[in-house]
Amino acid sequence: MDLELMINSFPKLLTASVITLKLLSVSLIIGLFIGLFFAILRLNKNIFINRFAYGYSYVFRGTPLLVQIFIIYFGLGQIEYLRSTVLWVILKEPYWCAIIAFALNTGAYTSEILRSAFQTIKPGIIEAGKSLGISNKVIFYKIQIPVAIRQSLPAYGNEIILMMKGTSLASTVTIMDLTGVAKYIISTTFKPIEVFIVAGGIYLFMTFIIHNVIKFLEKKYSFN
Amino acid sequence: MELLAFGDTGWGDELFYATLMTIAVSITAMLIGFLFALIFTPLKLSKNKFLNFIANSYTTIIRGVPELLVIYLFFFGGTGAVMFVASIFGYNEYIEINAFITGAFAIGIISGAYSTEVFRGAIQSIDKGQFEAANVLGLNKFGKFFKIILPQTLRLAIPNLSNVWQITLKDTSLISVTGLVEIMRQSYIAAGSTRDPLFFYSFAAVLYLLLTFVSMKLINRLEIRYSRGY
Repeated sequence: MDLELMINSFPKLLTASVITLKLLSVSLIIGLFIGLFFAILRLNKNIFINRFAYGYSYVFRGTPLLVQIFIIYFGLGQIEYLRSTVLWVILKEPYWCAIIAFALNTGAYTSEILRSAFQTIKPGIIEAGKSLGISNKVIFYKIQIPVAIRQSLPAYGNEIILMMKGTSLASTVTIMDLTGVAKYIISTTFKPIEVFIVAGGIYLFMTFIIHNVIKFLEKKYSFN
Repeated sequence: MELLAFGDTGWGDELFYATLMTIAVSITAMLIGFLFALIFTPLKLSKNKFLNFIANSYTTIIRGVPELLVIYLFFFGGTGAVMFVASIFGYNEYIEINAFITGAFAIGIISGAYSTEVFRGAIQSIDKGQFEAANVLGLNKFGKFFKIILPQTLRLAIPNLSNVWQITLKDTSLISVTGLVEIMRQSYIAAGSTRDPLFFYSFAAVLYLLLTFVSMKLINRLEIRYSRGY
């Protein structure tokens, strides 16, 4: 055990974890909107819209996140047309490519979570709203969405933790996040166990915080 | 399409073998995972606090730390650990472990943590009466486990195990960082030498989709088979 290395690498890894948190929060926010959008499409009765939304979530859930990042980072740059558009400003940055991939990925999982939450809402709640003379739009935004969010909290909490682990893949496209820096320290010092303990500890701490925040929210918004 | 030709002119045969490699690693990792689950599920269910603590640490750490970090630990630390153990037995030469074993082991440990949780959940949801009935019938420990508990556990566990299988299959793409030539690594090589990453990575995505699709179909059959009695 090389305690000195562990102590020295801790501040470096801690600063790197800020990047991990940034990647996580930005992609979760974008992913939530994508997920909500596709969940609503999934509830649409039009078969084409429905299939399209299902196809999106099937493809993104059925392929590894690594492939998705590589397609966006290495693949899209190959299209000459894209290089000439404004989009290139975003797509040439590995940071934004990673965020796009993460957001699309978590969006697919979120859409499934929200869809099942929407579908398990008791019809009585919607009927109660209708009998009170509330318009469909208000029922959707003020009743269905809040209830669905409460119901999907446990599953969404898992998704946040999975996504946090997913951000480690950003290190494969040159971003120095927590895993990126950990790998760099390992490959320069050849002390994998020490670095793993420190970096893993930071990840576990973040998992612990997320887990407890979700638990707190679940309690706060529980029906009883 | 000529990019995918079999033989020297295209990447078809290389990608085909890479797909077989992905399947081989996934199955090996899944089996290693079952081994771990076999050890840790009883520990989780045990009444001994210390054994509980060990099993809980295993599942919590593995499920809370990124897969890539675990793979780096094994990739950089595996050789050292094996050489250390060998040196205890008096063998001091350099030992090279191949990427397949390192990768399958790393993914297997991850997959094992998920499998442990699945088996724990399945065993806990079996009705207490089943255990009691088995006792009343005078079955011994093995008979009780293999004839009564295991078949019911499997029925409950298969849907969740199919999720674990999907996670494991997708996680094997991460082993590409250690240089094992599976789908992802082969696509990386092909993309590099043809300068056509968009095509090869998209094709890799199609291969993964195909693998998940086919395996879901097979698992559905298993599910039907194990719920015959219901």
